[in-house]
Amino acid sequence: MATPTLEKVEAESAASPYITVTFRIRRFNPEVSDTAEWQDFQIEIDPKERVLDGLHKIKWDLDGTLTFRRSCAHGICGSDAMRINGKNRLACKTLIKDINPEKPITIEAIKGLTVMKDLVVDMEPFFQAYRDVMPFLVTKGNEPTRERRQSPEDRERFDDTTKCILCAACTSSCPVFWNDGQYFGPAAIVNAHRFIFDSRDEAGEQRLEILNDKDGVWRCRTTFNCTDACPRGIEVTKAIQEVKRALITRRF
Amino acid sequence: MKIHKYDTVIVGAGGAGMRAAIEATKRSRTAVLTKLYPTRSHTGAAQGGMAAALANVEEDNWEWHTFDTVKGGDYLVDQDAAEILAKEAIDAVLDLEKMGLPFNRTPDGTIDQRRFGGHSRNHGEAPVRRSCYAADRTGHMILQTLYQNCVKEGVEFFNEFYVLDQLITEVDGVKHSAGVVAYELATGEIHVFQAKAVIYASGGTGKFFKVTSNAHTLTGDGQAACYRRGLPLEDMEFFQFHPTGIWRMGILLTEGARGEGGILRNKDGERFMEKYAPVMKDLASRDVVSRSIYTEIREGRGCGPEGDHVYLDLTHLPPEQLDAKLPDITEFARTYLGIEPYTDPIPIQPTAHYAMGGIPTNVEGEVLADNTTVVPGLYAAGEVACVSVHGANRLGTNSLLDINVFGKRSGIAAARYAAENDFVELPEDPAAFVQEQVERLRNSTGSERVADLRAELQETMDANVMVFRTEQTIKTAVEKIAELRERYKNVAIQDKGKRFNTDLLEAIELGNLLDLAEVMAVSALARKESRGGHYREDYPNRDDVNFMRHTMAYREVGADGSDSVRLDYKPVVTTRYQPMERKY
Ligand SMILES: Cc1cc2nc3c(=O)[nH]c(=O)nc-3n(C[C@H](O)[C@H](O)[C@H](O)COP(=O)(O)OP(=O)(O)OC[C@H]3O[C@@H](n4cnc5c(N)ncnc54)[C@H](O)[C@@H]3O)c2cc1C
Ligand code: SF4
Ligand code: FES
Repeated sequence: MATPTLEKVEAESAASPYITVTFRIRRFNPEVSDTAEWQDFQIEIDPKERVLDGLHKIKWDLDGTLTFRRSCAHGICGSDAMRINGKNRLACKTLIKDINPEKPITIEAIKGLTVMKDLVVDMEPFFQAYRDVMPFLVTKGNEPTRERRQSPEDRERFDDTTKCILCAACTSSCPVFWNDGQYFGPAAIVNAHRFIFDSRDEAGEQRLEILNDKDGVWRCRTTFNCTDACPRGIEVTKAIQEVKRALITRRF
Repeated sequence: MKIHKYDTVIVGAGGAGMRAAIEATKRSRTAVLTKLYPTRSHTGAAQGGMAAALANVEEDNWEWHTFDTVKGGDYLVDQDAAEILAKEAIDAVLDLEKMGLPFNRTPDGTIDQRRFGGHSRNHGEAPVRRSCYAADRTGHMILQTLYQNCVKEGVEFFNEFYVLDQLITEVDGVKHSAGVVAYELATGEIHVFQAKAVIYASGGTGKFFKVTSNAHTLTGDGQAACYRRGLPLEDMEFFQFHPTGIWRMGILLTEGARGEGGILRNKDGERFMEKYAPVMKDLASRDVVSRSIYTEIREGRGCGPEGDHVYLDLTHLPPEQLDAKLPDITEFARTYLGIEPYTDPIPIQPTAHYAMGGIPTNVEGEVLADNTTVVPGLYAAGEVACVSVHGANRLGTNSLLDINVFGKRSGIAAARYAAENDFVELPEDPAAFVQEQVERLRNSTGSERVADLRAELQETMDANVMVFRTEQTIKTAVEKIAELRERYKNVAIQDKGKRFNTDLLEAIELGNLLDLAEVMAVSALARKESRGGHYREDYPNRDDVNFMRHTMAYREVGADGSDSVRLDYKPVVTTRYQPMERKY
């Protein structure tokens, strides 16, 4: 084993790396005005920090009315999906250096859901679509006394879609969803996939029937926006394709 | 103001709250109030696993698990509670599997298990594989699975409702819980929830530290609400500092990384844990490892230009193993440090992680008003509570266990209580405290800012009451906190609106952190010994003669309205294990 060294980090941390960045934020507060507008904030920040750190700097030092959701600050809770430079991302998983900080960084609420204030949207329709696909294990017969057996291969089959944190980055990047909020959207399909391909589950048929609906999987136009947007690296489009295929073959 | 009436109200929708909700909803009219959407709760950040002596991969039994829990907690654990925890662990894991949790599997299809710090075979002989896990996303899977089952059971949630006050009504001289008061984020409206039973499951309070694995929202609201109403807080001086947080950021890198074979090294590449814990080495209990890291740093063997961290070395592990078992934490290293863990060691430092102390309860989750008296109708479970199964130091994987075992127990007990009892009357003008608090902050013209006070609080906590403490440092913290609490009276906010006013709520959360920081520091000052997570350099030994007892902290209000912390003590329940020196 090589002796641990860390030249990269050490070299970078030696100089004070603060830079001036402009955050251009889409502001909206119906208590104040009916219209949304862009507002620029200049901050001094280390480019290795997160966009979320920048938002906090603004909220804590410049303008306490700036409103956004956040909790974990490391990409695990799904609170802070937003449109950053036109792409859906988690503010806490996006480092400033990675999004061209020489130019103003634009930040706005995710699309397709009603904006309540600044970067906060109404998440209810999103969670309703999730609840509609029966996102829970359904089994028949008597419960075993010990655990149900599942081979590592069967467990691996649906691993990708268990990673979802319900951040809505995918659904709110989908042009079909923008045009018609009735579409279940990628996140709900991902969560149906998680159960349809779980060898322990016995309600795949019912879920497929739900997704066979006119607002179901067939609306997907395979634009891959969702896969690009997913901060968990889930192959969302592939999951949707697998559900479509299962519907055609009804074999799983 | 709106008034609602429910049999059971649960405050919080993390693992403990939702586990309770699944039981309570089946048995009583239940509402869950949560300041975050349920799936945003910090249980989702837990990585490593959940302990249970399933013995799927090697010999194990719950008695060994009980012993490890007691020893890990440096004998401040109530042993009757630890026994319940270890015994019921097995069903708790099996329950989750039946609810759908996708655990990692052994080749024959049973739940796989791995090693974790402090868990041993036959009373400390050698590490044992006891942690049930789903890659390094165990908490995520628990949170998702419980939410899924709440959807299935039709649990009623009030999302983004902040509980800010506990209502107490005295009946025949006994304090009863009457309900809670909540603030609705979307509208600014205040809601009174009258309930026969209330369960606090509102999580930890790590945000009074700067370097922490805890979410921004872990501000001890539940602990503070009960404390303000004259209920005690137990063992608040005991806070766990997890050895491996990402340097400066505090983001956690699970102990599972060392369970998989990861090694801690100092700047000379030396595996220093061999010196401090010859048997368990890198898997000694967390307090021991965190102190060892800081000893290395203080003695000049830390890494980096400032010598302020050490390395977690995973480079000798096969990339496939890292991908399969530790995908998330290796990604954290890539995202936040720009480091490739296949080839480079990861800079780490201890991070403030877990509150062992909290609202005192018995094993049914009933909250105590003093050493013995129960508050009828009031329950607590999870990190907000102190049963005490963790004593002076929690073992890794025992908290996900705790939230499931005691979440379930409190859900059942609260619903039973609700079925057998009537509502008690609400106090007069029940929303008054919250209304006054909110109005004062909205109308304040003061000159202090929330962000400044919070930063100063976090600085003083990191500097003075972290891994190493002395009389002098704790006194410094006590004085600083007193100053900050005084300045807090003069705090002002910019957002005066009603809609999604997070500016206002951050101010309220800071108030809670300040109250709890004071309790922690005062409790720590009085404990003149070292035990588990509480290490006093001026009293480096455990003192069972004087301090084998739980701290009980009460808020005292003087005639002039000023408040202070009064300390009392409660005996530890010892059943089969007599205190021994703790060696790993
Ligand atoms: C990074 C990390 C990794 C961990 N890994 C492990 C591990 O591998 N194994 C293990 O056993 N333990 C682990 N732990 C510890 C364990 O995850 C936590 O102790 C546990 O999940 C806490 O669960 P909880 O339900 O008590 O609280 P939380 O999950 O924090 O939930 C708190 C809930 O309370 C709500 N709430 C808070 N305040 C209010 C209020 N005022 N009004 C209304 N609602 C409110 C929140 O919305 C939230 O729903 C880890 C902890 C961290 C931070
Ligand atoms: S699939 Fe990915 S982008 Fe979509 S909600 Fe889940 S985690 Fe977010
Ligand atoms: S704050 Fe939790 S995902 Fe970003």
